[in-house]
Amino acid sequence: MAYLQIENFKKNFDNVEVLKGINLSLNKGEVLSIIGSSGSGKTTLLRSINFLETPDVGVMTLDGEQLFNAENAKDYKDSELRVKRLNFGLVFQSFHLFPQYNVLHNITLAPTMLLKDKIKDYKKQLKLNAKTDKSLTRKVIKEKLLSFKKERLEEIEKDGLELVEKIGLSDKINNYPCELSGGQCQRVAIARALALKPKVLCFDEPTSALDPELTGEVLKVIRSLKDEDRTMIIVTHEMGFAKSVSDKIIFLSEGVVAEEGTPTEVFENPKSEKLIHFLSSVENKDGI
Amino acid sequence: MVGEILLSLLQGFGNTVLLFAVTLVLALPLGLIISFGSMSKFKPIKYVLKVFIWIIRGTPLMLQILLVSFLPKYLFASTTKAWAAALGLTVQNMLFVFVMIAFVINYACYFSEIFRAGIEAVPKGQYEAGQVLGFTKWQIFYKIVLLQVIKNILPPMSNETITLVKDTVLAFTLSVVDLLTAAKEAVNNFVTLSPLLYAAIFYLVFNGLVTVVFNKLEKTLSYYKV
Repeated sequence: MAYLQIENFKKNFDNVEVLKGINLSLNKGEVLSIIGSSGSGKTTLLRSINFLETPDVGVMTLDGEQLFNAENAKDYKDSELRVKRLNFGLVFQSFHLFPQYNVLHNITLAPTMLLKDKIKDYKKQLKLNAKTDKSLTRKVIKEKLLSFKKERLEEIEKDGLELVEKIGLSDKINNYPCELSGGQCQRVAIARALALKPKVLCFDEPTSALDPELTGEVLKVIRSLKDEDRTMIIVTHEMGFAKSVSDKIIFLSEGVVAEEGTPTEVFENPKSEKLIHFLSSVENKDGI
Repeated sequence: MVGEILLSLLQGFGNTVLLFAVTLVLALPLGLIISFGSMSKFKPIKYVLKVFIWIIRGTPLMLQILLVSFLPKYLFASTTKAWAAALGLTVQNMLFVFVMIAFVINYACYFSEIFRAGIEAVPKGQYEAGQVLGFTKWQIFYKIVLLQVIKNILPPMSNETITLVKDTVLAFTLSVVDLLTAAKEAVNNFVTLSPLLYAAIFYLVFNGLVTVVFNKLEKTLSYYKV
């Protein structure tokens, strides 16, 4: 079974069928690009994978674990959803950085929040151990918790700084999002998603909100992630990029996977009328 | 004589400041609760509050003060005197409490609409970014949304607070001696118009301070833009 497996995702919005039974599978370390004209359901599919939308029908499995099943989706508690979401990272089209925090803080905020859960678990465990281990007095537990917190915070900061370096913004760690260009913002958003070490990183048209001269720097960062064998799903209009970075392409049209295959198959030998039409219209646009 | 006049204004000024402070301190949290309620997904609460806000904003504050003062009589078949006795207050102080209740409810409704606008102005993407990063709902609110809301609402809040300073004159409705009432009495007692001028200066300085505080807050939050 593939690493990520989606079976028969269906989604309606007010009686409009946006997803009409999507199947897809992706192996670990592979990059999947989703292409298609606007309104074809690309973004809805990506949002469904990230638990921002709840499909009406369908099952999703990741790494052998069933993460989503529409049949019991109503019973998912908020706390469960949080844990499920953390398997995925999502980079939005318009970044959605937190404006009141600087670059480094934007990246470290989420891991710092999650640390609270970890400290709670550690505390529980220490208290349990204290029942048998008499050396674990209240004072010792308190000290252990403090040093645990301190160590983890240092790790988070260190990870954050490494990520900032990776996206090439080491000189901007104290800047606020409003002081950055769109390309820089999107690079920070990528680092912010990476900080939680997701199993699958998703991109929702990561360069669509950028000026043409700024797309290159963002695509470069994504390409560098491909070199690390990260599993990624990219919704994109950059056909050249999709062709060069992807292991697999799916073409969505009117809520169904109209065609799928390797970049060569999809771009060089498109079979369906729709894909041929779509590709030529995109090419024409590039030509202008 | 100037000293005597100012002294006679002092008690009124004290009541004005007290009414201002009590209203601000209580109406802010109450307004936040009402704003959450008016955005609730639970329809009955939402619509009851919307109607309530409509009534409070749609009728004069002076009328509301009078209505509150009639509560003991018409809702509880009691008297203001009996209530005052039960609470260990003088009748005059009981009336002041009625004024405060009317002010707090009235301002809480105005504040709630300001809060609602401030909360709804935060882009949905901020919530979604928090969600995909594993934040709890509460963490999204206080770590991401709250400061943005505060930044959004400072200008309208400044407006509303200045209006509150001036609205305190309505306390006279239940014969609570506020600054303006004291000034009018002084005009009669000292046979001069100068108390009105002094009162005007008091209000101006008070609102000057309010403006300075809000400007300072706005400046503190100007380190970032959305």
